[in-house]
Amino acid sequence: MSNPTYTVIFYLFAAITVCSAAFVVFTRNVIYSAFSLLFTFFGVAALYVFLSADFIAVTQVVVYVGGILVLLLFGVMFTNSIMNAKPKSDVLHVVPGTVLLIGIIGAMLYTFYTTHGWMPSETTLQGSIVERIGFETMSRYVLPFEMVSILLLAALIGAAFLARFDKPGK
Amino acid sequence: MGNNLNAWSEALSGFYLLGLPLGLVILAAIPLVFIALYSLTYGVYGERKISAFMQDRLGPMEVGKWGILQTIADILKLLQKEDIVPTSADKFLFVIGPGVLFVGSFLAYAVLPFSSAFIGASLNVGLFYAIGIVALEVVGILAAGWGSNNKWSLYGAVRSVAQIVSYEIPAAIALLCGAMMAGTLDMQKITLLQSGSLGFAHFFLFQSPIAWLPFIIYFIASLAEVNRAPFDIPEAESELVAGYFTEYSGMKFAVIFLAEYGSMFMVSAIISIVFLGGWNSPLPNIGSLALNDMTSGPIWGAFWMITKGFFFIFVHMWLRWTLPRLRVDQLMYLCWKVLTPFAFVSFVLTAIWEIYVP
Repeated sequence: MSNPTYTVIFYLFAAITVCSAAFVVFTRNVIYSAFSLLFTFFGVAALYVFLSADFIAVTQVVVYVGGILVLLLFGVMFTNSIMNAKPKSDVLHVVPGTVLLIGIIGAMLYTFYTTHGWMPSETTLQGSIVERIGFETMSRYVLPFEMVSILLLAALIGAAFLARFDKPGK
Repeated sequence: MGNNLNAWSEALSGFYLLGLPLGLVILAAIPLVFIALYSLTYGVYGERKISAFMQDRLGPMEVGKWGILQTIADILKLLQKEDIVPTSADKFLFVIGPGVLFVGSFLAYAVLPFSSAFIGASLNVGLFYAIGIVALEVVGILAAGWGSNNKWSLYGAVRSVAQIVSYEIPAAIALLCGAMMAGTLDMQKITLLQSGSLGFAHFFLFQSPIAWLPFIIYFIASLAEVNRAPFDIPEAESELVAGYFTEYSGMKFAVIFLAEYGSMFMVSAIISIVFLGGWNSPLPNIGSLALNDMTSGPIWGAFWMITKGFFFIFVHMWLRWTLPRLRVDQLMYLCWKVLTPFAFVSFVLTAIWEIYVP
């Protein structure tokens, strides 16, 4: 990671992530906020790539950009008069907000300074990560995996039930 | 010029000029130049000539011999056009929309192995990346459609996005069947597993009795993903003027067009890599006549890869001038009630075949 090219690219992506995330929070236009989220998600995916977590990076793009962001944009676009309505974005609760902010930043800095360096895993990375993820999902984590799939199936059936036409006789 | 895997791209990525990683830039520029050249020649001119042939007319004949310079004239016209941004449009989204769209269709080229010696980035999640990165295109379409501030554009964008998001599911499951047969998601390894002296007999399409089903499902779903006929309801000219790019003109329109041709070659390349052996030669060795060995190698690989891609693009064009457009409800019916169940069936059958049969 000492290669200057990688360093430059890393800081570029870090800057994109931070700036677009700030834009999401500070802009008053909901649509711009949603589109700016795109760059945040891509920046985070790029940071995953720098951590050699290719699979998680691509999953991040598939789930957040392909799923959540598109859903968000659809929701915003189908809401009528989104451009005319003034979203309530005044600055409220200054004191509790500041206390919370300082607390979180303090906790993060404390962790950062008390944890010395990176903690390397006992097992070294060998070959493709995808296979390891597949094996672990299907062996050690098979129960949580199945529980999540049942939850998603229930959500899917619920959505289909809500969206269907009512029969005229009822 | 070695015959090792990824020899050209590794040599390029190690190329520095004045301490700058110029090789990486060239590596990314090669697919870009390829898209531009191919859509200029085969994409625009070829499509007009093929459609003319199918409808028994001549097509462009005026500029140059057989009209070959017609596309150049069109480009000159597009370059000179005034860059119009409608007054009521959302300026920022209107401008970045085509850019995001093109980047979305171009990003997948990073993992396409153009030859045994050339691939942009040999990721071990290559296929998954190629499926997932289409999401960026969706956001670009929404930006263009919403930014135009036009009913037709918004309808086109919403239709297009609904279509792409729905058809991603059968497409992804169909490609998963190919990935299961290969046992890897690395595009270069998937291709490598299909090489052999028997040529086409090693391709995954002919390796299992079920492979034709995911092949057809992915082909249909990929047609819908690139908004080509008979799934071109997002730009249905008889209903929506031109869909999400109604308001665009000049070079922005050209960029949207380039993105469409870019993603057409992308899906054609993916289907040929996963099911038809990518850069492998389809010719078998017949006894002492070693046709396969004669037509293998990095340069032949690029030739086969591009030929296979162009063949599928030709089928896209052929279907466009043959089939009528689907209605919106028919489109969703086809996706959710026909393609998705069959994709699951082919998934289970391929799994059974891979585990028990060979």
